[in-house]
Amino acid sequence: MSPAQPRDWSKLPSGLQPWVATGGRRPWDTPVTTDGPSTSSGGAAPAQSASAVADPIVDLLAGFIVELRAAGLPVSLTENLDAMEAVKHIPLEDREAFKYALAATLVKNNAHWRAFETVFEVYFSLRGKQYDLADDDGADAADEDLDDSEGQPGPEGMEGIRGLGGAGGDALSPEELAELLYRALLEGDEGLLRALARQAVKRYAGMEPGRPVGGTYYLYRTLRNLDLDDMLERLMAETREESPAPLTPLEERLERDEFETRLDQLKKEVEAEIRRRLVADRGVEAMARTLRKPLPEDVDFMHANREEMVALRKALHPLTRKLAVRLARKRRHGRKGPLDFRATVRNSLSYGGVPAEPKFRYPRPAKPEIFVIADISGSVAAFARFTLQLVHAISGQFSKVRSFVFIDGIDEVTRFFEGVEDIGEAVHRVNTEADVVWVDGHSDYGHALEEFYNRWGKEVGPKTTVLILGDARNNYHASQSWVIRELRHRARHVYWLNPEPQSYWNTGDSIVGEYGVHCDDVQECRNLRQLERFVDKLA
Amino acid sequence: MAERFESVGVVRDELAKVDYLSSEAIAGVVYLADRLGKPILVEGPAGTGKTQLAKSVAEITGSRLIRLQCYEGLDESKALYEWNYKKQLLRIQAERNAESSWDDISTDIFSDEFLLTRPLLEAIRAEDPVVLLIDEVDRVELETEALLLEVLSDYQVSIPELGTITARQVPMVFLTSNNTRELSEALKRRCLFLHIDYPDLDREKEIVLAKVPDVSEALADQVARIVRSLRQLELKKAPSVSETLDWARTLVLLGVEQITEETAIETVNILLKYQSDINRAVKELAAQAEGGPPKPGRPARG
Repeated sequence: MSPAQPRDWSKLPSGLQPWVATGGRRPWDTPVTTDGPSTSSGGAAPAQSASAVADPIVDLLAGFIVELRAAGLPVSLTENLDAMEAVKHIPLEDREAFKYALAATLVKNNAHWRAFETVFEVYFSLRGKQYDLADDDGADAADEDLDDSEGQPGPEGMEGIRGLGGAGGDALSPEELAELLYRALLEGDEGLLRALARQAVKRYAGMEPGRPVGGTYYLYRTLRNLDLDDMLERLMAETREESPAPLTPLEERLERDEFETRLDQLKKEVEAEIRRRLVADRGVEAMARTLRKPLPEDVDFMHANREEMVALRKALHPLTRKLAVRLARKRRHGRKGPLDFRATVRNSLSYGGVPAEPKFRYPRPAKPEIFVIADISGSVAAFARFTLQLVHAISGQFSKVRSFVFIDGIDEVTRFFEGVEDIGEAVHRVNTEADVVWVDGHSDYGHALEEFYNRWGKEVGPKTTVLILGDARNNYHASQSWVIRELRHRARHVYWLNPEPQSYWNTGDSIVGEYGVHCDDVQECRNLRQLERFVDKLA
Repeated sequence: MAERFESVGVVRDELAKVDYLSSEAIAGVVYLADRLGKPILVEGPAGTGKTQLAKSVAEITGSRLIRLQCYEGLDESKALYEWNYKKQLLRIQAERNAESSWDDISTDIFSDEFLLTRPLLEAIRAEDPVVLLIDEVDRVELETEALLLEVLSDYQVSIPELGTITARQVPMVFLTSNNTRELSEALKRRCLFLHIDYPDLDREKEIVLAKVPDVSEALADQVARIVRSLRQLELKKAPSVSETLDWARTLVLLGVEQITEETAIETVNILLKYQSDINRAVKELAAQAEGGPPKPGRPARG
């Protein structure tokens, strides 16, 4: 679409038209030149168009940026101004372009993209009367939505809808809805899928204005009613039947991936619809607060859900690379030592005995030897996994890394990491193959440490740094904290990393204080950021 | 400011003409960079067309591409400018007999004639339209990054002996990064940020169709689907777009019409570059062939 084209807001597709309006303010309510708010190539004077854009959006954008900062994104003032400048050049009715313009100017780290997207969806969600919760409007909305999707090249699925005439989506029986959904998934008709997701939310989520229930509840209700479990199998069955020759396993695999992608798409649509409705009900600020997602480096190890775990795993890899590069550089550069007299005199010979170029003794710090002793029982397993992975990934920075894992028994797992390219795989084997259960499989720090001391204590020497990972929740067993004291005598350093928030320490059966007095340092280590900082200091 | 493009759509169409199939985001950011006169910092996995984007933009705008390849140890004299020391010496030698004062010579040897321009200065001084590509900017040290700041924000270079040289026209600037380290805030702030990820199924298929001669639509579709499936596995290095293209070309050369498990397993080493990745992919494909459980490890949906 050319930006020079005069813009008639009322003729926009209904899905796009109201997205930018908030609290009754719409850009087209303000005196806008017929050229529309965006600067066209040779059109409206910049000042004029700037004010036309600014009025309705400036407040919204300001709130948006405040929320981004609250979510932890570092947005500077210049970036803020850039964003304001950028949206002037983008045709406002193009929501995607608007989103990318904001992203390009405000988000400078790909890991922050999800947080940005969530805030964007809340602040610039589709609004307007067709999204009201009241039922009479809803009928129109569904109708319009279904009409919208007619424009899209989704050939066959539409016939079913047209057959229903003006009655719109509301007239569908649940069976018909399910059937339509099935068809939409089978043919990958995105427009229809979107419309059906809306219809499903409206029908099944049972959303009531002002009800203090989280979005996940509505999501669960909607998806349960749609019964997607069988859908995948049905789709696969149909595909198998339709293909002329029996599907080869590879084809089957590909088809399955395709349908899974489409199902994911449907879920996203349902989520988006629920979010839209919640925003309309509760207001932007409140929703932004409840939906705020921590950045991957701030996700708490102990409370990460599956999705966050995936994000964490993804974030870990670049982190280890960065850490390795940084540590290697630190070793190479920027260490000034005392004057090396001998080398200076030797070097002065080339200047005829004038010590023109002083030489310094560069310290070559010995690489530390690391012993990691990690609790891998339920609650802290994720933390242990990440730390093991991180330490082994940068094992080049240490002279030796040995790892031990325990629950109530203890086992050395260094062998799993030796000569293995894929550290994730090794960590997986640690979790499944290591022999760590002694009696009942409940954490017993006392026994595990005692056994460690008896079996490997002699190998801890003055070059060794011992890292102990765990929450020190000992199930009221004996602490055997003398082991730590002994280790500290032998080792260079003993550090304890605790994945629990500091305020929980020494409550209940946590006895981290008892061990802590014998350690060089006890640190809270709840997220990647803290872990990274600690490892950085260590090497 | 030069306005090279009419609208986002124009960017996309023009890029498509030179066989660079851009997504909405890519076209949008290129358009914005042109309008705002800002550099673009392009980040993303290797082999997704970051460098190619700069080349394609140069091609559609009819500009000369000036490329600065970054590496550890890159310094001012390699990136910005250098005085031609040998020529200066010759000049002084030649002057020795003539009766000229020190002032004459010193103003003379620090003039344009003795200046060796390096990519950044060259881009600033260019008369014709240019696209400046600063490749793999994450490889230079943090301190060297500061060299770029003046060029990127004000499009000028200060040379103590000559003064400040300002750009005659605002060049398009692309910086690419493989994200091996965090770039400084100062640098990021001056740029628009664009993350290029692996393309989605349809785009990848189109890319294969556009870039690989003689590939059938069905084969391109299958290639794109298999690559997508592979990317879902946890691999050390997921197949990139360039590897997808290599694979498609190989398949065309081998005269493959329809990819079966055997062909896939035999040629998967073109897509994947680590032995552990290849083993995993083969295992995954073979598990399917034996009719085992469809996807071990992937929980049921619902």
